[in-house]
Amino acid sequence: METSLEEQFQQKIDQEIKIEPKDWMPEKYRQTLIRQISQHAHSEVVGMLPEGNWITRAPSLRRKAILLAKIQDEAGHGLYLYSAAETLGISRDEMYHQLHAGNAKYSSIFNYPTLTWADMGAIGWLVDGAAIMNQVPLCRTSFGPYARAMVRVCKEESFHQRQGFESLWVLSKGTDEQKRMCQDAINRWWWPCLMMFGPPDDESHNTIQSMQWKIKRFSNDELRQKFVDMIAEQIKILSMKLPDPDLKWNEEKKHYDYGKINWEEFWQVLKGNGPCNKERLDTRKKAWDDGAWVRDAATAYAVKKSNNQLNNSNSVYANLH
Amino acid sequence: MTTNEIENPLIKYLLHLADNALIIGHRNSEWCGHGPALEQDIALTNIALDQVGQARNFYQYAASLISDLNGEIITEDSLAYLRDSWDFKNCLLAELPNGDWAQTILKQFIVSVYQYYLYQALAQHENEKLAGIAAKSLKELSYHLRWSSDWVLRLGDGTQESKKRMQDAIAILWSYTKEWTDYVDYELNILGESIIAIQKNCEEKITAVFEEAGLTIPQDIWMHKGGKIGKHTEHLGYILSEMQFLQRAYPNVEW
Ligand SMILES: [Fe+2]
Ligand SMILES: [Fe+2]
Ligand SMILES: [Fe+2]
Repeated sequence: METSLEEQFQQKIDQEIKIEPKDWMPEKYRQTLIRQISQHAHSEVVGMLPEGNWITRAPSLRRKAILLAKIQDEAGHGLYLYSAAETLGISRDEMYHQLHAGNAKYSSIFNYPTLTWADMGAIGWLVDGAAIMNQVPLCRTSFGPYARAMVRVCKEESFHQRQGFESLWVLSKGTDEQKRMCQDAINRWWWPCLMMFGPPDDESHNTIQSMQWKIKRFSNDELRQKFVDMIAEQIKILSMKLPDPDLKWNEEKKHYDYGKINWEEFWQVLKGNGPCNKERLDTRKKAWDDGAWVRDAATAYAVKKSNNQLNNSNSVYANLH
Repeated sequence: MTTNEIENPLIKYLLHLADNALIIGHRNSEWCGHGPALEQDIALTNIALDQVGQARNFYQYAASLISDLNGEIITEDSLAYLRDSWDFKNCLLAELPNGDWAQTILKQFIVSVYQYYLYQALAQHENEKLAGIAAKSLKELSYHLRWSSDWVLRLGDGTQESKKRMQDAIAILWSYTKEWTDYVDYELNILGESIIAIQKNCEEKITAVFEEAGLTIPQDIWMHKGGKIGKHTEHLGYILSEMQFLQRAYPNVEW
């Protein structure tokens, strides 16, 4: 009996066989993945900016080294993810152009400002924490290169989360000013972090198809609930409070109930009206534009060298690390 | 705190090495998230991270010596965060603003050359602790030197624009290069005869890379100095006010 390509594809997915770049896939699957992976890659790279904001002001040499290493990890995540997306037939430059033209999104969380040192801890603990919730299931996502990239990324993200928590823990045991700094950062980051999981399930249009293709394995609301349950417990160790009067353990559901999310704010930030949208995108565009002559020079040099020695490894994208 | 009244040449020398590493690391870290390509962003951040790490090793050693001397508890952080610019002993080149990628590359190349051959000599030093730190850093330095030399070649021999920018960078920065081998008393005390070989190696390396890159070294120009004895440019004060802000605003707390 003959089965269509589409049916064979779905059978593979149902049998948990990974889809690899050369395999046949529906065009919509390819496009969905390009959109999701590039959006994730952009988030890693734009996400370097709010934390990069504090490198030169880190309060100790140890903290400075930790922060530098963390942001370097995020750049590395961007690299793996751009490479994973490239296997689907889009170039990194194209993805950058989509970002710079405002046609590709990145996580809205990075459109919030980092105002005090405590924000470095809050980002590690809450933002990386929410990212892990989203990403651990992605280690089993149906597209092979994405799943493998996620395995590496998740290991580092959970390290970041512990470091962020530890940094807040020190503040929470410190002076009154440090405690206030810690609480203030939690207050500002909590709700935007809940929005990181995306709109509620009944308003999320991509979910059903993505679940069927096993790109996604849990719904937005399921992941959000897991995150709330985790953080509501961890915050007790910090002796701090989450800024939600409705947060309460629900014995019947065995979950924490939480208050209403301000979805109007979410949609506004997504539309470009968050506190730092313009700044973040302008910064990325400026880095790209200012770097144009550098990339040109590296390409020209690589061409000269390869003409000389048939060696093409000398480009600006060569991993010199 | 001030370390200006300390006469011990080893302590001064350690502070000089640490300050060089910290201040150039600070400047390089300003590129994080703003580099011309992601790989290069990572590379330069990685270099900054090495430099902060080297600074910490030298500060920690200096701090233990100062604590022994004064009886008060001095840490790497009190040395980095609680001294004013007259106490800092880094070369002026390290504190100059980043400018464009060409200036940053030139700065990093010059620093890498001098640090590489210096640490190579220090790795043989009779002071085992100093030799140990230098030897440990040498692997990192050979990467910094390779990375920055590669970039000098790319820019010098890339496009017309990159060549012009590189030559402009040389015009802006060259008068800050001699300070590295214009030795002051505490350096002579620690380095002794080895300065001759260090100086020769550095000059040969710079000449060779510039020649291959097709870049011209200016002759007979005025050379600035003073950083090693605490006479800095205006830029260092701004670096310190940014870097030290939290330690100054909230003194004596743990982070
Ligand atoms: Fe990441
Ligand atoms: Fe991530
Ligand atoms: Fe992370």
